[in-house]
Amino acid sequence: MSRPIEEKLLFEKDHPGRVGASVPPSDVPEVDPRTLFGDMVRGAAPAFLPEMSEVDVVRHFTRLSTYNYAVDFGLYPLGSCTMKYNPKINEEVARLEGFARLHPLQPESTTQGALELMATLQNALCAITGMDACTLQPAAGAHGEFTGVQLIRAYLENQGDARKVMLIPDSAHGTNPASAHFSGYAVEQIQSGPDGCVDLEALKARMKPDVAAIMLTVPNTLGIFEKNIAQICRILHANGSQVYVDGANLNALMGITRPGDWGADVMHINLHKTFSTPHGGGGPGAGPVACKAHLEPYLPRPVLAKKEGRYLWDRDRPKSIGKVLGFNGNFLVLVRALCYIETMGADGLKRASELAVLNANYMRSKLRPLLELGFDGPTLHEVVFCDKGLPGGVTTLDLAKRLIDYGFHPPTVYFPLIVHGALMIEPTETEPREEMDRFVEAVAAIVKEAEENPAYVKAAPHNAYRRRLDEVAAARNPRLTYKP
Amino acid sequence: MNIPSDLKYTKSHEWIRVEGNVGTAGITDFAQQELGDIVFVEAPAQGSAVAAGAPMGSVESVKAVSEINAPASGTVSAVNADLTDHPELLNADPYGKGWILKITFANTGELSGLMDAAAYAAYVAESAH
Repeated sequence: MSRPIEEKLLFEKDHPGRVGASVPPSDVPEVDPRTLFGDMVRGAAPAFLPEMSEVDVVRHFTRLSTYNYAVDFGLYPLGSCTMKYNPKINEEVARLEGFARLHPLQPESTTQGALELMATLQNALCAITGMDACTLQPAAGAHGEFTGVQLIRAYLENQGDARKVMLIPDSAHGTNPASAHFSGYAVEQIQSGPDGCVDLEALKARMKPDVAAIMLTVPNTLGIFEKNIAQICRILHANGSQVYVDGANLNALMGITRPGDWGADVMHINLHKTFSTPHGGGGPGAGPVACKAHLEPYLPRPVLAKKEGRYLWDRDRPKSIGKVLGFNGNFLVLVRALCYIETMGADGLKRASELAVLNANYMRSKLRPLLELGFDGPTLHEVVFCDKGLPGGVTTLDLAKRLIDYGFHPPTVYFPLIVHGALMIEPTETEPREEMDRFVEAVAAIVKEAEENPAYVKAAPHNAYRRRLDEVAAARNPRLTYKP
Repeated sequence: MNIPSDLKYTKSHEWIRVEGNVGTAGITDFAQQELGDIVFVEAPAQGSAVAAGAPMGSVESVKAVSEINAPASGTVSAVNADLTDHPELLNADPYGKGWILKITFANTGELSGLMDAAAYAAYVAESAH
């Protein structure tokens, strides 16, 4: 590509008098808003908004998009994030006028199709997870965690058994402790055993009446399936405690095993991971929560119901934890997710999970001569390497930055924390073998560079739009506002 | 790696300097090296109670957020206000200007459960494989 254009901020491209649309002159007299609204009108001067033409704006964002990296461009092995390809048919369907132009306050009599779509998606998610009920309201994974933990809390409190402690293994997703803490629980970490799974003896010893629940990521952030999961559920239930499953890694399990069958009580599902909806720009996500029947009365209001063949919103839910989001979640994300489920079918989803595990294990075996594994046990949909043995004093961060020069988005780095200098790779099922081979060749080339010329690797990236950014200065002295 | 002989250490890599009924605490040189450049320190408020082994705050680096556990039970009698604007002191001088807080002990007997410098050096050597 030719030298990229150094694109200015919109504010710097302001050109007074330039407009994007020609509005006909007003044929009614202008009125000072103060005479109508008085003190409600704030600010003496109008806010500074850049004045630009349509072509200025379109070129601005199109140029910015060329600095970006996307799953449409190449392998995006960001472990734990499941950056699979998003089929374009999802976009076609989400753009259908009947979906795209709906208003959430339309009467139910005019939105039966959309409500049926939501009910169908809820049923599909229940079938995939082995759960009894589902809410589509939460707008992201951590929001789903919060909702699920609130269900547990409301259930226990309703039994007159408010408990204080949430157990979380050290191999869980980082958002789990935050969600539990935010819901008012004291978080206690459970250590992993040498096999990367929960230590059952330590768990049994901790079973006291103050334990509300355990939050388990299955498979965990090491890509390891919690082999004793059914027994863990029995241990918790015998103690009157609940089991929360973080479904962020559901992509390894579809059609093969179901959290509901293990004994889990509640879980969230990341539609933007497992069900191929866009991940970009931090959203819009969707984190539906599925639960067993005993938690159903506590689901967020309103709940989708069907009476006499018509769908309606049931707001008469006295035990509900209340709303967790305005309206009905990110509806068009839900449309994309159901489109994916319907186009894949049950067999297709199972095949996707099988291929996700196969691809991750292909990467694992190809990279193993180059990098050291974090944990040496069987892994599913992702694989974690450590920085031990990287030559020339090159760190995980250096390797990640140099991968940018080779045309890849780097993998997740320095997570999970239980692996030193972790490098977490998740190719997903949508990567062809040639693309994975290209990545392995890049890692091999970088390891060789690290032996011969480590300083060059430590200064990477060299071919990116920007050189190595000072992440420390950015974190210590963030500049979050534009000042002319 | 610097492990001063006059301090006591925890398994979660905090140090404490005991002076009578009060201890000054921070994170060890090993901890700051492992974390990398520290960008934010969250300490408990002066006057709050802390319990030995329980989380009392956190340190954030560009790599991760890690909890700091209280090396001993007691009341927070002082907090290092310089860390708010200069978290890098934790990297530059972890046992000196990078101190995090002072604790007035509830039970000095607890302190015998902490490691001395030699035991901590052996512990670090073992955990760094």
